[in-house]
Amino acid sequence: MLVPGTEFPHLCTQCEDYPCIKTCPFKALDVNEATSAVVVNIEKCTGCGKCIEACPGKVPFVHPKTNKILICDLCSGDPQCVKVCQEGGWNCLRMVERGDHEFKLFSRVPEETAKALATKLYGEKAEEFF
Amino acid sequence: MLGYNGKFLEVNLSNSSFKDTAVPEDWVKDYIGGRALAARIISDRLIYKWDTINPLGPENLLLFMPGPFTGYYPGGRTCVTGKSPQSNGMVGSTVGGEFGVELRCAGYDGIIVSGKAEKPVYLFIKDSDVELKDATRIWGKDCKQTEALLNKECRQILAERYPRGGVWKQPAKLYIGPAGERKVRPSVVVAKWTHAAGYGGYGAVMGSKNLKAIAVKGTGPLPEVADMEKVTQMIDEVCKGAYKNVLWRRWGTGGGGYNFGAETSSEPVRNWQEEWHDQKSYGVDQFENRVWVKPAWSDFGCPTNCLKISCIRSGKYKGAITDNPDYELQAFLGPNLGLFTPEENVYLSSLIEDLGLCGIQGGSVLGFAGELYQRGILTQTDLGGIDLRWGDAEAFATLARKIAYRDGIGDILAEGTYRAALTLGKLKGKNLLPFTITGKGISIGAHGLRSGRDFSREIGYACSVQGGDHTSQTDLPLDGWGSEIWTIFNDSAVMCIFTSFNISPTFRYDFYKAITGQSLTRNGWLVGGGFKALQIQRALLLLGGPDLTWNAAVDDDNPERFYEPLPTGPCKGQAVNRASVKQKVSKYYEQAGWDQKGMPTSELLRKLNLEYVDESLHKIR
Repeated sequence: MLVPGTEFPHLCTQCEDYPCIKTCPFKALDVNEATSAVVVNIEKCTGCGKCIEACPGKVPFVHPKTNKILICDLCSGDPQCVKVCQEGGWNCLRMVERGDHEFKLFSRVPEETAKALATKLYGEKAEEFF
Repeated sequence: MLGYNGKFLEVNLSNSSFKDTAVPEDWVKDYIGGRALAARIISDRLIYKWDTINPLGPENLLLFMPGPFTGYYPGGRTCVTGKSPQSNGMVGSTVGGEFGVELRCAGYDGIIVSGKAEKPVYLFIKDSDVELKDATRIWGKDCKQTEALLNKECRQILAERYPRGGVWKQPAKLYIGPAGERKVRPSVVVAKWTHAAGYGGYGAVMGSKNLKAIAVKGTGPLPEVADMEKVTQMIDEVCKGAYKNVLWRRWGTGGGGYNFGAETSSEPVRNWQEEWHDQKSYGVDQFENRVWVKPAWSDFGCPTNCLKISCIRSGKYKGAITDNPDYELQAFLGPNLGLFTPEENVYLSSLIEDLGLCGIQGGSVLGFAGELYQRGILTQTDLGGIDLRWGDAEAFATLARKIAYRDGIGDILAEGTYRAALTLGKLKGKNLLPFTITGKGISIGAHGLRSGRDFSREIGYACSVQGGDHTSQTDLPLDGWGSEIWTIFNDSAVMCIFTSFNISPTFRYDFYKAITGQSLTRNGWLVGGGFKALQIQRALLLLGGPDLTWNAAVDDDNPERFYEPLPTGPCKGQAVNRASVKQKVSKYYEQAGWDQKGMPTSELLRKLNLEYVDESLHKIR
């Protein structure tokens, strides 16, 4: 929420070409075949941060205590965030089939998404908040 | 102790020093956190000289107090308190948002601010790294600009210091607007544009300390709890209960704009001259259809989402943004000023929030000025040319700006309704107090007493230790559910009163036990922490000073207006019964352990181990 009212999750969207995996010098990242999620092998991860640079949305981050990279792993196919969102009746988060969509499109830095959402909500006034 | 971090951050702005302090564990056990614990801390340090302390001077303390529930219980809040520049007592005012959660994750149970900075500063906390940053660039900015500038600056610092941290979320912030900077008494401490700790006037206290904002980012976990499984299960229970409340989730308190006018006839209309209106233009459906741009908005962990976002996208009031508005702002910046359209209400709410004024206290002082103008006591010349007619949103907006910037008549009105009435009364040679609808210097919330149909009670405001605070009303019997002891629990835990409708009243004590491992019962709070906090706050309120002190015989009463019969509506002719109030007040004294003068007795205070409070009360006994 860089602007009040524009909350959104800033998470891994599983780009088709996985630039984070390609860039990892230690081969610590891998794809879970069943879910398409990026999985971190914490034994191999050094927390160097190269994957953050490679990610178009700058999604990964180093956990402040473990010093290892954290990326959403879709809770092994049963994402808890989706579950609670549905329980609460907000219906913002849903499970979708991968299909033909270009998922890389949705990997964006928060500033970009926040600006778009703020413009949608507040019109021209949104420009003053960035 | 489980459920707590065990340390407070103490900040002295006069010499820019910080230290971690601990609060005695038996205080924490007794008073649990938030408002009650703050009452213990502040009275311990200041009660001996309370009557000489200027709430807007460097000697006042400003406390930011989450409680053991903050971050766990759905809808966590933070209590902001100190010596109040409105009542000269101590008022615990709570604000929503993520501030308390981040602070607890940063490792602190609260912040105690003293002194005064030489130039404008803001406090930046990243876990145990604490620093004061120059706020010259931000000083003078309105609340929306302040939020944006702080976000930018703080996230830049975080990105530079922690390059592998990914993209940082915004830190949680509390800040003040131009009104707080100018020590305007009806000013608030703001979070996320639209949330505010309003009652008490702590925006002015922050301003008097040259403290523009506090930003906090905590990366640690919340304090460890006694029984995580139980806590998780109970959180789930609260959420499920809240989900059942379909209409509340859809409309929040916004339904009040029409209901409290038409149905319960307890809404301020034209400075409480009436309490009834049947304006269908002011129905919540009109707000939903005309001005809402987002139907559900909530803070971290909240299942109720009673916030909605309103924005005016075109026309005269283009660019106005606020939340719902909630009922209090609907009332005070609507019917109270003779306004009955969502657009005008959103426009004024947005402006009041930008200025950092309080919707209730600010709306009250605007209504007060409106009535004086109606009666010819204030003239257009007095008002610097404003033709302050009921129903003119632009005129009230201009006056609100004058108040926030202390311009012309605004300088007098910036002292709040009660003090402005005293000053203007002197200038005009008239008693203007009958036009103030306040309790102990605090304007009464938008729940009138005359119809008897609202939740407010005859002595709810008169005997409250927080004056006109509608969220801290009291009632007889003292051990009944209407008593102030329970609102003290809410403000101490600190929990939101709007997430727990379908939960049993004793649920909170079980939750407290699951968090801290300490057992607490309803009765335990009634004779323990809750009761003691009530006595401390009462003592501080009676000590008062330096500019105003309260005389219980006169001031433990309702504003004069509530004794005038309602002129319109289904309850026409009804008024509060003065004899009944007098009788109830003295009965309340008895139950609270107060003497004829409304003062906690020596015996009681000694029995409660509050000897230091008793000693300080000697000078006014």
